[in-house]
This record gives sequence, structure tokens and C-alpha cells, in this order.
Amino acid sequence: MSWEIVIGLEIHVQLATKSKLFSGAKAGFGAAPNTQTTLVDLGMPGALPVFNQEALRMAVAFGTAIDAEVCKHSVFARKNYFYPDSPKGYQTSQMDHPIVGLGHLDIQLEDRSIKRIGVTRAHLEEDAGKSLHEDYDGMTGIDLNRSSTPLLEIVSEPDMRNAKEAVAYMRKMHAIVTTIGISDGNMAEGSMRCDANVSIRPKGQEKLGTRAELKNINSFKFIERAINVEVERQIDILEDGGKIVQETRLYDSDKNETRPMRSKEEANDYRYFPCPDLLPIEIDDAYIDAIRQSLPELPDQRSARFVSQLGLSEYDASVLSASRTLADYFEAVVLVCNDAKLSANWVTGELSKYMNQHNVEIDQVPVTAVHLGQLIKRIMDDTINSKGAKAVFDELWNQAGEVDAIIEANGLKQVSDIGAIEAMVDDVIASSPKQVQQYVDAEVEKRGKMLGFFMGQVMKASKGSANPGQVNGLLKKKLDLLC
Amino acid sequence: MTHKTLVQIAKDLAAGKYSSREITQDIIADIKARDAVYNSFISLSEDLALGQADAADARIKVGNADILTGVPFAHKDLFCTQGHTTTAASKMLANFVPPYESTVGQRLLSAGAVCVGKTNMDEFAMGSSNESSFFGAVKNPWDLNAVPGGSSGGSAAAVAAGLVPAATGTDTGGSIRQPASFCNLTGIKPTYGRVSRFGIIAYASSLDQAGPMCQTAEDAAIMLNAMAGFDEQDSTSVQQETPDFTAELNLPLHGLKVGLPKEFFGPGLNPQVAECIMAAVKEIEKLGAQIIDISLPNLEISITAYYVIAPSEASSNLSRFDGVRYGYRCDKPENLMDLYCRTRAEGFGTEVKRRIMVGTYALSEGYYDAYYVKAQRIRRLIKDDFARALSQVDVIMGPVAPTPAFDLGSNTKDPVAMYLEDIYTLSANMAGIPAMSAPAGFVNGRPVGLHIMGNYFAEAKLLNIAHQYQQVTDWHLQTPTSNNVPVSNQEKGA
Repeated sequence: MSWEIVIGLEIHVQLATKSKLFSGAKAGFGAAPNTQTTLVDLGMPGALPVFNQEALRMAVAFGTAIDAEVCKHSVFARKNYFYPDSPKGYQTSQMDHPIVGLGHLDIQLEDRSIKRIGVTRAHLEEDAGKSLHEDYDGMTGIDLNRSSTPLLEIVSEPDMRNAKEAVAYMRKMHAIVTTIGISDGNMAEGSMRCDANVSIRPKGQEKLGTRAELKNINSFKFIERAINVEVERQIDILEDGGKIVQETRLYDSDKNETRPMRSKEEANDYRYFPCPDLLPIEIDDAYIDAIRQSLPELPDQRSARFVSQLGLSEYDASVLSASRTLADYFEAVVLVCNDAKLSANWVTGELSKYMNQHNVEIDQVPVTAVHLGQLIKRIMDDTINSKGAKAVFDELWNQAGEVDAIIEANGLKQVSDIGAIEAMVDDVIASSPKQVQQYVDAEVEKRGKMLGFFMGQVMKASKGSANPGQVNGLLKKKLDLLC
Repeated sequence: MTHKTLVQIAKDLAAGKYSSREITQDIIADIKARDAVYNSFISLSEDLALGQADAADARIKVGNADILTGVPFAHKDLFCTQGHTTTAASKMLANFVPPYESTVGQRLLSAGAVCVGKTNMDEFAMGSSNESSFFGAVKNPWDLNAVPGGSSGGSAAAVAAGLVPAATGTDTGGSIRQPASFCNLTGIKPTYGRVSRFGIIAYASSLDQAGPMCQTAEDAAIMLNAMAGFDEQDSTSVQQETPDFTAELNLPLHGLKVGLPKEFFGPGLNPQVAECIMAAVKEIEKLGAQIIDISLPNLEISITAYYVIAPSEASSNLSRFDGVRYGYRCDKPENLMDLYCRTRAEGFGTEVKRRIMVGTYALSEGYYDAYYVKAQRIRRLIKDDFARALSQVDVIMGPVAPTPAFDLGSNTKDPVAMYLEDIYTLSANMAGIPAMSAPAGFVNGRPVGLHIMGNYFAEAKLLNIAHQYQQVTDWHLQTPTSNNVPVSNQEKGA
């Protein structure tokens, strides 16, 4: 049977506010346990929440950025459940009246087509603390630093049909939230994580299959893997005549498998009701418009500008604008070398290749945009050829250093001295009589291809530093004279 | 000092008749000597109080005194007091020492008032008789067989017994007004949002409001001046200028329109209580007021709605008492579930558990619309009732409770009968309007309070009426120890 995969994502974005959603405590990562807490975060008796207006601004900015409905009236609700890292016994969230309503996001698929993914809603909520099970020998430590940290939960429609689409959607979301500056988007630190609702159904069937919810996936790579492995699991079950159970599952990246989560999730009735400690959020058009006006250039707008202003292809433009840091990097390269096309080739080519090989994201790349720009400049002014440039790039990546110094130290400077090149060309022709004869005997149309051998020999002789254009021209001239 | 008012003590302190330290010591000694009978205090904060008294004396000496500087008072044990146990009259918090002061407490401290201790109450403010306290029932100083009312029963009894001149209370469905009525005090529940709830242990957040319990309307106005005000730590606190609540005390009542809702005088009302109330209304009429019959048609259903909304909020508010971070924790929990279950089973009393169960049920999937949502609709109807009524009249009057203080133990077996005690009071909480109780006579030696309700932010008007009434009556001056305790209104010939 042929299966269709249906995926919806719930993305949790930690908002980059200075203080927490409902308290004045600093919101941040990495402090000693329970040092970033106030009475409110500790759930002390009589403590009351105060809504952080900066979080509101950020949520509204997000809503306007994805062209969603921003709700003028929204309400905080309590989600009641007991857990030690939930100090109040409830999480303050939004239920019936979220701050952001229907919106959408366009993603680019592998075949370069555009697909629109529906965004159901986005709501504000506070994060829970952390339970630390490892370090306390049979006991559990509670760290409430994260308690009441502001989150924006962005819920998509079940519009994605494979793991790659889910990744593209997540990446696009990442680009937007980092571009508008509402989150640092640091997935390793949990600033952005997602739950994936995954189900499968026979192709052509309208009714959705039973879904599993994969919890707390915190990297692009894991989203793809987790969904794929879950889809395989579901297909196996259904093809063996089994049934999918609706449940929450955890993706274990070490074992590359999903498994059911702790049973606290079972049959939970969260008893949502409007939080009586917080007033409904009431905002007006003027407030929303002011935020809309102040939005920075969004990824789609940037992509359009790369096409219109820098002359990039639609595809390059969309790839380069897919993340704010990548786009920033690219533009910084262009700023130095002043050649957008070459810059795009290098960023989407060599740089991306190294990033994949070394498994790093753009913000961890060891080659600075300035260095890459200088490197490209040296190609443009014929100081080095592209092969030499790759060697320089490799050294910049692995050992750092300055572009010109590396070129100098490795003797990569392109030889453009026509006399020196001519000498090398003559040497090669003189020492390859067999190949010369073959060239001469060959039909005119096939000679071009045969030139490659001589090119290789000359480049080898010059240790790659000869200007390939000059070598090519000289070889052709001299060999054709022999014909 | 017994039964001196705040105003009298303030005058004495200013005149140097005694120091704050002296009166504080006297009061604490008096409580130690006499409170065993009433059980109105859960704890005394002697050391803190003496420190506050000394600071107050220093302020008085340099001429930097507020009217409350050096004046002793007591806190209902629901107000968090920094460095001093705050129990909510529950085993759950019997050992809880807050590292912070409630906003109200902080404001009183800033004014220089001296907190001598924490008064008894119904556990987590859930009750109308002060019989649900983990620290035992409180006795009514007017009649030791009677309850003092609740939930602020300890505050009421302490003031009525002359142990302290004033005390704080909280009122979620009548918890200031009903004990004030039962103990012959002047107590006011301000407009919702007038007084910060920060640092007051929550029962039902959308209904809770703190206020003073005093011997006179003037004292209540002075206390409220210190307690009220916008607090950025409470999102439901109202960002509005706080008036001087004493400013209008002496205004005449000419032309005042008083509404008497017929629903307040229905079959459930004790006829002798009704007589007291009508006599009081007549007195106010004599002062120039115009009496108008009105109707609050949804009063009857307010009680069912209240007992859905309040327990629903309570079930969530009390979730934080889980034995994890503070307060009671069961002995040797086997696992997390055991920790939760036994901590809460052992830490909460019967009435608290009952309300948590009711609230949990009302919020449950499948019941939420039928209970919680419907109750909220009724709440809207009640608000509309008051809005309609208060467009016709300035204030609404009636009884605070259907009966005078009832006997200890008489209602404890029947929670619904106990809930009916709140029939006249809880609608003000549902609507958020201010309401107060002022002494208006006695039935068989047990006090009766006149209920005065007004529009949002009309506290000064309510206090003005009570004060004017107190200028022409002396119910509020009666004390349990006075020789001429009247047996009924008729005997006093009011």
C-alpha cells in the first residue's frame, strides 16, 4: 500500500525578553539552579503574575510577520496539572483566545516549488522549570530558573507531507523569529523546539490517521530523523495489521527511535479556565500597526531584494535568505568583494559543503564573511585561481589566518607571467610527443576534449598556480600550429 | 487600652500619654491573658511588634508620624508577614514563614502601624463560622456559645473582645462583613481591585478583596487609607487615584437615595434581624435619605454560581500546596504520587478538600460549560442587576446575614446550610462592588449588622453613611463587657 504522511508542528519559541513572562526575574540560560527566580516563579503563596508587555509586543510582531490575524482580545488560561517543576500546579497559557489567529507560511520544496503551510494559531505561555533526575541519587532536583520564561507556541495545520517539508517549515519559522528579533533561535539551548504530530493514511484517503505526538525535538536534523523513524514505525504497525495508539512519544537521538513517554500524560484533563489573576489582553489597531511598521525586512522580502537588487537567481535568493544569519553572512561577503553572484556561489557551494561535512550551522562557521569576501576578491583580481582559492578556504576553515598570507605562504599566487607560462607549455608539448600526435590526428571537434590532458600537465607543473585561462589559450594556439 | 479606637490611640500617642512600645506590650500581655477564651489569635509576633513599636516611637519623637504610627493592629493569618509564620489556618502552612510581606502589610508598616499577631480564620478563608480552622474554632466575645462568623472570625473576635483596636480581613463572599455583623464591628470590603491582593494567600482570585475590621467607620476609613492603592504587583489592582476615605465622613445624607432590595427581606430572613435593619434604615431616613424599593432578581441564583466559581478558582489556587517547596509534607513519601496524595490528604481540612473537589469537578472536561461557564453567565446577570439598581439609587441596604451569630457546631454538619449564610453578601463579590457592615442592634444579645452596598469606588460614600449613622446611634460603642448590653432593639428603644 502507498501511504501519505501527515505532519503538523507545534513550535515553541522562547522569546528574547529581558525578564520572564510573569515576573521580573531575568530570563536566561545557564545560571546556577534557582538563582533566576522570584516569589512568582517559585509559586509562593500570595504571589501574583504581572504580564510582561515586551512579550506581548513580540507575539504581535510575529503575528504581523506571518500576516496572521492578531487578536485584539486574548485571554490567559490556566492549564492545571501536578508536576514538581510546575510550581503553581498550573501553567499559565492561552486556550480559547490566543494572541495570534490564522496565518500562513510559504516554504520552498526540494523541487524549488513553493508550498503554503497554514498556521492555526500562536499563543503565549510560560515555560515550566526543569526536573534534574541525574545528579541526586534517587531524588529529583528542581530548577525553577526556566519557570515562567516566555514562550510563543506556534501551531501549524497538518499541511506537511514529509519530513523535509517539516524541516523547511521549521527553518523558515526560525528565519522569521530570528529576523524579527523575538528569539535567539538557539536550538541547542532550547530556545526553539518543536512537537511533531505525525500520522499516516492510505494515499487518497481523506480521514486523518491516528497521530503520535513527538515531543521536544530540538534540532533540524532530529526533526527529519524523528519523523522518518516514526513514519516507518507506523507503517510497520499498520502493514502488520496493527493499530496506531494516540500517544505522546519521545525521540531518542542516540538510538534513533521513538518511544512512549512517561505515563503522566495519560488521560489528563487540564481543566483550562481563564486565569483570574490576569486581565484579558486588549490591544487596538494603532498598537498592531505600529509594530507592523517597525518590522525589519522579512526573509521573503530579502529574497525578493536579492533577486531584484543583486541579480541572484530565485533559487539562490531563497536559499540565502532562509536564515537570517546566513543572509547576513552572505551580504557581508558581498559588501567586501562586491560580486553578488560569486559570493552566492561560494556561500551556497564551498561554504555549505563544509558546513554539511563538519555538521555546523552558519553561526559556528570558522571562516568569517570578511575573509571569504577577501578571498573572492583575490579570485576576481586574478591573484589566485579557483583551485587555489579552495585551498585557501580549506586553510581558513581549518587553521584560520589571513587570506593574503595564506596565498603567499603556500605559493598559490597565480602565475600570469606569459613568459613563464609559455615556457611551461613548451615543456609539456615537448615532453608529450605521443599525446601531441594523437591531438594532431584527431578530428577538429574532438581536439577540445583532448586539451584537458595538456591543461592538467601544465597546471601540475605550475603547482596549480598558473592562470588557467592563459594556459588554455597558449596550449590551443601552439598545438593548433602543429596541425 | 480595651476598646479604645484607632483615633483615640493615635491621639494618646501624639499627646505622649504612652509610647507605642508601652501600648504594644500592654496589648500583647492582654492577648496572652485573655485570648485563651476566644482563640482569636493563631500567633503573636511580639519581637517584630516591639521593633516596629520602637521605630514608631522614634518617628513620633521626630514629628514624622502618620495617624497610624505606633498604633497596634492584627493581621488575618492570610496576609503574608515577612519573617513570621503565615498559616492560612491550615496544617498545610502551619510551619510556613514567608520571606516577603504582603502589599497591604507593607503599606501598614510604612504608615508605622504595629502588627502584634496573626488572627484565626477559617482554613484558607473557606467558611462562614471560623470552625474550619486547623487551630480550632473561635468563640464570639458577645456569646461564647456563638460563632464569630467567618472567615475573618479571629479578626472580628479580637477587635470585639477589645484585644486590638483594628484588624485586617479578607472578603471573598462575605468574610469581612458577616463576622463584623456577628461581632458588632464596622468592616468594609472595598471595590475589587482597590486593595492589592499581592501577598495575600488566594482563595478565589476574582472575588478576594482585603479590607479593615474596626470599631467605627472613622477607624475603618483610616485603615483603608493605609491599605488601599494601586500595586503594580497585582494585575487586577486598579490604576486609579486613591481618595482620602475620611474626607467625606461628615457630609450630610440629605437627598441620599437608599434602595431596599425586596429579595433581601424574603422568607429566609430572621424577623428580629429584619426589625433591626428596618430600624436602622429609618434612622438613615431621618438623616435625610430617601428610601426606595428595588429588586435584585438574580440574588437567589447567585449562591449556586458563587459556589461554582469560588471553588473552581480555589481548586487551581490551592494546587501549589503540593509538599514540594514549602509547607507541610507527608512523612516518608514512597513516590511522587504518594507525596502529592498524602501531603494534600493530610494537610488540608475537610471543608477545603470539599471545595477543591467541587471546583475540580466544575472545571472538568464535559462539565465546564454546564457549571463554570453557566456560573460566569449568572455572574454577569448579577452585575447587571446591580448596575440597574445603582442607576436608580446611591446605595443599597439590607441585612448582612439572615440571622445573628449562630451557635458553635450548629451548621457544621450541613455545608449547604452554612453556604446559605452568605446569601446577602456574596453578590457584592460577584459584582466587585464595595460593601460594608455597620453595627445596627442586637437580637438576644447577639449583634446585627446593617449591610451597605454602593457603586464601584464608592467606599467613601459607604463610610460616610456609616459614620453619620454612628453619630446618631451607639450600637457600635457597645462592647461585650459593657454593663448595658441590650437584649434587643426594642429594649434600647431605638
